[in-house]
Amino acid sequence: MKLLTCPVNGTRPISEFIFGGEYRPAPDQNTCSDAEWAAYVYNRQGAPGDKKEWWYHSPSGTWFIAERNTLTDKVARTYLLADAKKVAGESK
Amino acid sequence: MPFRLLKYALKKEYPAKRFFKSHETPKKSYDVVIIGGGGHGLAAAYYLAKDHGITNVAVLEKGYIGGGNTGRNTAIVRSNYLTPEGVNFYDASVKIYEGLSEELDLNLFYSTRGHFTLAHTESAMRTMRWRAEVNKHVGVDSRVVGVDEILKACPQLDISCSGHAPILGALYHGPGSIARHDGVAWGYARGADGYGAEIFQNTEVLSIDVKNGKVCGVNTNKGYIETKQVLCAVAGFTPRITEMVDLKTPIVIHPLQACVTEPMKPWLNSILVSGSLHVYVSQSSRGELVMGSSLDPYEVHQTRSTLDFVEGLTAHMLDMFPFLSNVKIVRQWGGMADMTPDFAPIMGKTPIEGFYLDAGWGTWGFKATPISGKTMASTIANDSNHELIHTFRFSRFEDYELTGEKGAASVGH
Repeated sequence: MKLLTCPVNGTRPISEFIFGGEYRPAPDQNTCSDAEWAAYVYNRQGAPGDKKEWWYHSPSGTWFIAERNTLTDKVARTYLLADAKKVAGESK
Repeated sequence: MPFRLLKYALKKEYPAKRFFKSHETPKKSYDVVIIGGGGHGLAAAYYLAKDHGITNVAVLEKGYIGGGNTGRNTAIVRSNYLTPEGVNFYDASVKIYEGLSEELDLNLFYSTRGHFTLAHTESAMRTMRWRAEVNKHVGVDSRVVGVDEILKACPQLDISCSGHAPILGALYHGPGSIARHDGVAWGYARGADGYGAEIFQNTEVLSIDVKNGKVCGVNTNKGYIETKQVLCAVAGFTPRITEMVDLKTPIVIHPLQACVTEPMKPWLNSILVSGSLHVYVSQSSRGELVMGSSLDPYEVHQTRSTLDFVEGLTAHMLDMFPFLSNVKIVRQWGGMADMTPDFAPIMGKTPIEGFYLDAGWGTWGFKATPISGKTMASTIANDSNHELIHTFRFSRFEDYELTGEKGAASVGH
């Protein structure tokens, strides 16, 4: 992967981007157990495959989601988190 | 010095015996199955036999032995870590390494060079003082040195780093060494084979059979093997194995790259590391400069090499050694580093009975090969974590008792 498409600024060199890790919904901190919280804080889906990830376009300060395969390093699509529902609807 | 050379000089018969027997079909069952024929897995097989008399052991390697991270690292051995537990652990490893050529009867080219971790900023100097004090407290030879002492050991170094990042001082670690890394895997393989352990190459684990929270066996491309104890020592493949037993871990995989120059006459005796410039370098016994840098910036399960890496690394190398500008890079390669959040390994028992982890070795695994083998063998033989690895236990994350080695485990973090 040498290029990545920022949903706001278009396709840019990978050096302009910072990897933000896997996108993971947080459990409710008021109701979850200590073990569930520790699992959320530390554990990751480390096995290769299709992942939803946070990426950051550094020059413009844009955080967005990329769907990427961590084995092939191919990006399926990128979108802003606010558009996640719309994107999920389109793919159905 | 190993007596092997002398032995063959006086002997009429040659060549030497093969290092280990070539097994094709596994037996129906083994006492212990070790997944991963790298240094760690083979060392565990060796010490299971030597220290605990457990010889009914299979080592399963999906490629060839020592072809993973054992043969891909930059072969540095040191113990100047940040936590007392870490320093104790790695110091025990250095002590075994020092006598290992003799023990395995194989020249590992173990060469004690002295190791400088260069500091370019006041905050780096503070970390060096911290590490030096922890090291001294545990009895390890480390101290903070000034520019004069660095230049005495390495007069070729541009101490101003082309004016970009002047060096203020360094953490000097006397026992810092390099070794021939693939030799370590072969030596342990021969040792384990000699005791009766069976090594299977081209043998991939497809799934692990767990019933009622206990390991019962493993499925491989060469058939089913019954066993009650499985050691997972697969470095960058760890998440694929833990997924088979549905075990969640903090491990994520980032590539780590390295490269070597064409061979030169010996000029660099010391091992030099610069956290700020993201460089570590030593000169191997055949004259190549062996160089590594920081991790690739995002998760990928690949061992590809990139031009970005060589460009970035060599630019920083030229800051330190401008006279190298005409020297060529002849090889580069990558390995998959299994990274943990606290830059310490994950070792020992897991919530699954009979499933042991020797993982999370990220960018710091080679130097720990002997002691990992020894402590994992003890952990498996007694089904109880060895005291040296308590601080690296699987449950430290849910206990919120991390072992913060970030300041000492690698560069550029």
